[in-house]
Amino acid sequence: MSRTSKSLPVWADILLIPLINLAMALGVSALIIYLIGENPIEALKLMIEGAFGSSEGIGYTLYYATNFIFTGLAVAVAFHAMLFNIGGEGQAYIGGLGVAVALLALDHYLPFWLLFPIAIMSAMLFGAAWAAIPAYLQAYRGSHIVITTIMFNFIAANLMVYLLVNVFIMPGSMTPQSRTFLESAWMPTMQAMFATFGIKISESPLNFSFIISLITSLLVWIYIWHTRWGYEMRSVGFSEPAASYAGINTKKVIMITMLISGALAGLAGVNEIMGVQHKLMLDFVAGYGFTGIAVALMGRNHPVGIIMASILFGALFQGGAELSFDMPAISKEMVFVIQGLIILFSGALAYMSKPWVERLFSIFYRKIEAKEA
Amino acid sequence: MSDVAIELKGISKSFGSVQANKNVDLKIYKGTIHGVVGENGAGKSTLMSILYGFYEADSGEIYVDGKETAIHNSTDAIRAGIGMVHQHFMLVENFTVLENIILGAESGMMLSHSIAKAKSEVKKLEQNYGLYIDLNARIDTIPVGQQQRVETIKALYRGAKVLILDEPTGVLTPQEAEQLFDILRALKKQGTTIVIITHKLREIMNLTDNVSVMRNGEIVANLKTSQTSKEELAELMVGRSIRMEIDKSPAKPGEILLEVKKLGLTDAHGVRRLDNLNFNVRAGEIVGVAGVSGNGQGELLEVLAGMRTCTEGEVKISSVAITPSLATNPKKIREAGIAHVPEDRLKRGLIPQFSASESSILGYHNSPAYNGMILTKTGAIRRHCVDIMERFDVRPQNPDIKSANFSGGNQQKLILAREMDRSPKVLLVGQPTRGVDIGAIEFIHKQIVAMRDEGSAVLLVSGELDELLSLSNRIIVMFDGKIVGEVDAKDADEKSLGLMMTNSHEGASV
Amino acid sequence: MDLSLNDLLSILSATIRLSTPLIFAAMAGIFSERSGVVDISLEGKLLAGAFAAASVAAVTGSAWLGLGAAILTGMALSLVHGFASITHKGDQVVSGVAINIIVSGLTVVLGIAWFHRAGQTPTLPSSARFMSIKLPGADAISQVPFLGEIYTKLISGHNLLVYLAFVCVGLTYWILFKTRFGLRLRAVGENPKAVDTAGISVDFLRYRAILIGGILTGIGGTYISIAQNASFTRDMSAGQGYIALAAMIFGKWKPTPAMLSCFLFGFLEALSMRLQGVVVPFLGEVPVQLIQAGPYILTVVLLAGFVGRAIAPKADGVPYIKER
Repeated sequence: MSRTSKSLPVWADILLIPLINLAMALGVSALIIYLIGENPIEALKLMIEGAFGSSEGIGYTLYYATNFIFTGLAVAVAFHAMLFNIGGEGQAYIGGLGVAVALLALDHYLPFWLLFPIAIMSAMLFGAAWAAIPAYLQAYRGSHIVITTIMFNFIAANLMVYLLVNVFIMPGSMTPQSRTFLESAWMPTMQAMFATFGIKISESPLNFSFIISLITSLLVWIYIWHTRWGYEMRSVGFSEPAASYAGINTKKVIMITMLISGALAGLAGVNEIMGVQHKLMLDFVAGYGFTGIAVALMGRNHPVGIIMASILFGALFQGGAELSFDMPAISKEMVFVIQGLIILFSGALAYMSKPWVERLFSIFYRKIEAKEA
Repeated sequence: MSDVAIELKGISKSFGSVQANKNVDLKIYKGTIHGVVGENGAGKSTLMSILYGFYEADSGEIYVDGKETAIHNSTDAIRAGIGMVHQHFMLVENFTVLENIILGAESGMMLSHSIAKAKSEVKKLEQNYGLYIDLNARIDTIPVGQQQRVETIKALYRGAKVLILDEPTGVLTPQEAEQLFDILRALKKQGTTIVIITHKLREIMNLTDNVSVMRNGEIVANLKTSQTSKEELAELMVGRSIRMEIDKSPAKPGEILLEVKKLGLTDAHGVRRLDNLNFNVRAGEIVGVAGVSGNGQGELLEVLAGMRTCTEGEVKISSVAITPSLATNPKKIREAGIAHVPEDRLKRGLIPQFSASESSILGYHNSPAYNGMILTKTGAIRRHCVDIMERFDVRPQNPDIKSANFSGGNQQKLILAREMDRSPKVLLVGQPTRGVDIGAIEFIHKQIVAMRDEGSAVLLVSGELDELLSLSNRIIVMFDGKIVGEVDAKDADEKSLGLMMTNSHEGASV
Repeated sequence: MDLSLNDLLSILSATIRLSTPLIFAAMAGIFSERSGVVDISLEGKLLAGAFAAASVAAVTGSAWLGLGAAILTGMALSLVHGFASITHKGDQVVSGVAINIIVSGLTVVLGIAWFHRAGQTPTLPSSARFMSIKLPGADAISQVPFLGEIYTKLISGHNLLVYLAFVCVGLTYWILFKTRFGLRLRAVGENPKAVDTAGISVDFLRYRAILIGGILTGIGGTYISIAQNASFTRDMSAGQGYIALAAMIFGKWKPTPAMLSCFLFGFLEALSMRLQGVVVPFLGEVPVQLIQAGPYILTVVLLAGFVGRAIAPKADGVPYIKER
């Protein structure tokens, strides 16, 4: 087959262009750091060291990554059906509520091995429930899911404040948070798990949820590409006319996809509430739902890509926190700037570089052809 | 001054690999009504869109009034005095008639001036040409015929000396069409040059002074209307290609497998898409459906395939009635024994982003053959795909390549293979060889005949008359949602079919 | 709870103050979405405007220069949004989300780098702010019962930007429905192809529309940081951009109804402040959070189409690509 001047090799499309986008985002970030009066290279070094330089750093990096994997998968699954779920933030928040409700009710009665599946199920159920109304409205009433999920983020935030202030607060306390769960209801930390094998690692919030997130990634990968439901979901996402030709019930697919998406986001609550905080509190989601969008865009909606992007963002969060200690002029919010730039360049401007790359390649090909001739 | 209003010289335009216009030369004389005829896809609309500046030609020149004129966009065209009434109206639906008329042709920053000016100008148009319209009505509340009138007024309001109309009567009732023709004649009398694109020969004979025939992106004839006939035009339009002889044994029609009674479909806008259709297809025969595209063939396929619900009538598949609950469920229809090769293969027939093996089970993806309890049987799906690729000679024979990256012919073979694989009772085939290379055409034809010989009832919709003639036993002809004739393929030829399709044969009802 | 005229007036007066930034942002949203560009980044532009105004006012001591800086900042962000979603046909929602996140980080980063106060800008003297102004005659008729009180306490005594917000609503209406630009702008949000075939550039129109949005959100941001408050604090827009988005939808993309929705949502906010911990007869203590969630709940209910129907401009959110 003859190569047309327009086509790009596959590796350029799935690797080169995303890397160029990432490089542009980091380039702009470096410019900002430079303008603040710090050395971008120095900052990068500090960040990498902070994120990967110690077992504690790695622990934190992977702990952050755990949240991003869950919320990233949530966004990605919805994207496969062409749905933009901006509601990961609220679904994760309510997912955490699900964990807390289950553990607060049962931690006195049940052993860990029973609490563990119940808490996970509860997180998924609550997260899915929070996605259910926007999903229904999109499928059956045609209400735009972007807007409704944004609204549900705010409704979730208000609901949680209400519940914490009025229901979960400990009598006599001024801080709106629940009682701490019994220790038997805590997710085992990574250092405890390593210790059973006689390996010592430093203390960090990293816990068994990370393993769950990896297993979940595998399950999501199977669902998307190796089940008939995933097949139907992708059909709806790529081409609604073809899906309806194939007899696929589009509305049902939208419902199921969004419920799964919500359930995945809800799992972030397991990491935070059961794994780290051990109690219900305000604002524990801290923007992880939005980071999920960045992660999904960068990871091209593929679980492997999402795991890699999540670790990158985990490193960004951890390294950013460390960086702000060493370079006080750069606050840890720089991480959000970088995150936003990555969303901009690998999302909205994803194909900006494509024409240039294509031109480069066609020049390259022409040279080869000239040589061959 | 020249008596030629518009002259096109060597206009070529391609979209990707499709050449829509090939080296087109065309002269349109001042103060005449010039018809451009041709089948769908012949390149008429593209040519006129180039003249109106919506597309830019790859090569060629445009002369307006004898002067070479560069038309890069619609502004240039409007400035050169060219106006266009698009087939799909370019109207803002929630605007009033008046707002639509002044949009882009306002006089000054404030709307109030424009409104006052437009009101008096439109009044003049009303008086001169009988273009009556309610200026304050919202577009989405007035009938299509009126909307078209707004398009015409828009063009004239912008000072069009040359007015292009793209398939103007497609959406009109015969009475509305007659009114439009009166208006066009009045315009001509006052010196406006009119170009009308249509595939309805009756209109051409009725209205035009000159006519150009397009086929496959080229102009194949320029004629004086008074010196030609419908028969000649029909022949030129369709083209006298060599009738492909297909090695086939005589059909042995058996029991009735598909029976359609009083089928009707009225769409959401109240337009009759299908009107009182009655026919049947027997086992072991191919029934062809002829008609100029857009006369209900597509809707017929969609209704039979369960993608659209008919508004009246009934359908039986081997004497089992398709009840309303089944009627709009393609999955159940498939289970009842209908297979469907859709007209638009890239939009419906497969999913371009899917691999060939994924596309090879579209619609059958729930079959136990491809699914375990939870996981799909990737191996089985690949084997199935390789198997049908082998039998239907799909190349490259690689199930992992994206569906979009196959050539049109190979995509079509893949779809055909998928649909034929389960020996359906009824096979619906829409435009099986559109955009397909010659080599694949022959193969596809053989497979359709083989299906017939296996005892399937085949309903074949095609815009290629020679295809219909060489494959079918019987041919039904559709016009305006109705069946206007049924002929034995042995007794038919392209000319007679062409006349029936344009509803200009003897005994034509409309 | 006894509600005197005084209480009522103070709630209504608070309503006006709380609605003002919503009105600016909602009008910005109307310009943008009426032209077919979805703008989730209202929130980010408000926040950026607030930061720019407070920073420049702190450095120069001039509220007007602060306002100018905020307007320029809003326009710059609009250009970013336009570059991604108009020029490069990128996803408008993704672009908007990106801008919001960038701004929420960058305002803190720059704030700390410039002012070293944990993300806060220096507290401004009243000379560098937009302060409340007394309308003529306010003192004279304040003693007149009822009408006098309404005039002094409700109508007079706001800052300049509050009055400007009302002017903006009228101006928005006038531009959209009485000018050539408005006609074209509304058309491009409904059927860009019609505009293109009429010989008008779709992209240029959309750029102009979102730039106006940038100006308006800049003013709204200015209001938040140097009129309503005396300095910038991190994330001080606190979701008001999203509430404005909700108000725009609730007002069905029309200026006057959108303004009324802003009042409704502002009123809910004022009420929730007022009702904090207050026991209402028969109802008991009304959960403040329920009232605060009101705008979002109402918008979802409206979008669901059970009460009335919110129909967005037809081409809203769809990049214009000439198709074959």
